[in-house]
Amino acid sequence: MITFDGVTKRFPDGTVGVDSLTMEIAAGEVVVLVGPSGCGKTTTMRMVNRMISPTGGTLTVNGRDVMSVDPAELRRGIGYVIQQIGLFPHRTIGENIATVPQLCGWDKARTKMRVAELVDLVGLSDGVVDRFPHQLSGGQRQRAGVARALAADPPIMLMDEPFGAVDPIVRIRLQDEFLRLQATVHKTIVFVTHDIDEAIRMGDRIAIMSQGGHLEQMDTPAQLLAEPANDFVVDFLGAERGLKRLALIPVSEVKADPGPVVSPADSAARAASVAESAGTDWVVVVDDGVLQGWVPVDGLTSAVGDLTPREFATTVDANNSLRAALDAMITSQTGVAVRISKGRRYEGILTPELLSEEII
Amino acid sequence: MVAGTDGLVNVLAEVVRWLSDATRWSGTNGIPARLLEHIGYSIGATVIAMVIALPLAFWIGHTGRGGTLAVNVANVGRAIPTFGLILGAFVVFGLNLIPVYIALVLLAIPPILTNAYVGIREVDAEVREAAEGMGMTGAQVLARVEIPVAMPLIMTGIRTSAVQVVATATLAAFVGLGGLGRYLIDGLAQGVQFNVAARSMVIVGAALVALLAVLTEFLLDQLERIVVSSALHRERALGPAEPAESSNAPIVT
Repeated sequence: MITFDGVTKRFPDGTVGVDSLTMEIAAGEVVVLVGPSGCGKTTTMRMVNRMISPTGGTLTVNGRDVMSVDPAELRRGIGYVIQQIGLFPHRTIGENIATVPQLCGWDKARTKMRVAELVDLVGLSDGVVDRFPHQLSGGQRQRAGVARALAADPPIMLMDEPFGAVDPIVRIRLQDEFLRLQATVHKTIVFVTHDIDEAIRMGDRIAIMSQGGHLEQMDTPAQLLAEPANDFVVDFLGAERGLKRLALIPVSEVKADPGPVVSPADSAARAASVAESAGTDWVVVVDDGVLQGWVPVDGLTSAVGDLTPREFATTVDANNSLRAALDAMITSQTGVAVRISKGRRYEGILTPELLSEEII
Repeated sequence: MVAGTDGLVNVLAEVVRWLSDATRWSGTNGIPARLLEHIGYSIGATVIAMVIALPLAFWIGHTGRGGTLAVNVANVGRAIPTFGLILGAFVVFGLNLIPVYIALVLLAIPPILTNAYVGIREVDAEVREAAEGMGMTGAQVLARVEIPVAMPLIMTGIRTSAVQVVATATLAAFVGLGGLGRYLIDGLAQGVQFNVAARSMVIVGAALVALLAVLTEFLLDQLERIVVSSALHRERALGPAEPAESSNAPIVT
């Protein structure tokens, strides 16, 4: 979809913004360009719609060299969202969203329908269509900016720190919405941020760049965290690389341990031997496949049913991340995370050893 | 000499008597004719100034090239006394409208040029960037974004110039032309201390110029309300910013 082949940007003053960059961005994927300020990530993005012209190499969008296309025409086919949004202050939100359809010569009825559809899609209320930008909150303005960029349904979107100007709570919400939206619209997205956590959350692949537009490594978030190519990448990924990786791996990836399981009808002696062979001093009580809780074996006299099972404070299911499983472990007296499925059906336990095996 | 309340009443009575003479309301030296001449000079000069200054301001504002130079050159015009300019142009071009228009247009250009230029320049960079990024051509950015956003300042420049021109167009009479300045020049020439009719003429002339200036201000203000987006009206720009969050339902996800 977007191909950089040795693309270089040398500014008139001689500084090199991007140095012989080669990368390929496939249709429908979210590529996050991330790096410290001055690393050329924004310059790289802005060359895609020729807001900045490359001075060397070839940059093709949909097979066409950007330098051979009329810039205005090229840009109408590429959605563009910037951090400060840049809504037109003299136009209503509806008119703002209708900008590119108008430039493309759509008729009024079609434009109006599209605006209504987009307002709904990005989660704005219908009432904002006739409001002016200064009457909206930061989050609403951000959504309007995204709606405006999506208006003519461009296959490609460029987003330059789109959530940088909103507060952290709204940012997380907008990120979630963005991912949900992307799951339905399947755009090819080039996303620029300096926040590695945002990159890990949003990106199908992440391109880590360093000063002068050098591409240090480009890979999936999980792969980057597992095998950083060099010290720069390690530094940039920051502390708690293991935790960040755990957050990316679902519980379903790990084969759960069956665990020391007994039924309420089992004898105390049976419970003791199950616990001993598992190396624990407690057992999981499961009645007909349904998790009841756990009991310490030294509290049992005759049968498991003697004691009311204690509840596990936190449980996980297949869709939770291993990070959530780790959280369950450290907040449980048993030191393990219990995996259940719908209807509290017991599926096994996760231990710290299993997590370590997964990420080492 | 006129003195005290009685004096003022007397003067007003004389003015009313002067106005009630039917000859004041017809002919080439009648009030309607002089008023129309004056309006004609004013509109003519303001429109010519707009035709020169606005495209120039739009171009330098849009490209960002030569702005300081243009504004400085335009402001030199302000330093030249308009009266002197008219007399100088009169010497060169003789008794016709050209000297008057040259002087009034040079007077009108700086406010229009400076305000329009600053208005375009001050359009937020991100608004311009978004417009370009969405595929507007340079001309579209100017026509659909920069000019509308700059419109409050553009109108301020035009209004300032128009009011100045209305007040200054009286100078046309100094070089033998018409307009409401005739009443001032002729009245003063006849000697206002002793000639009651001359005094009334000067007062009426001055009052009409003032009235016309106020009316110009008012009409252009009304025009501004029409041509400026309601989101950009000066009342809002000057007042405290509306607290955006409170006027809206909370963000719903």
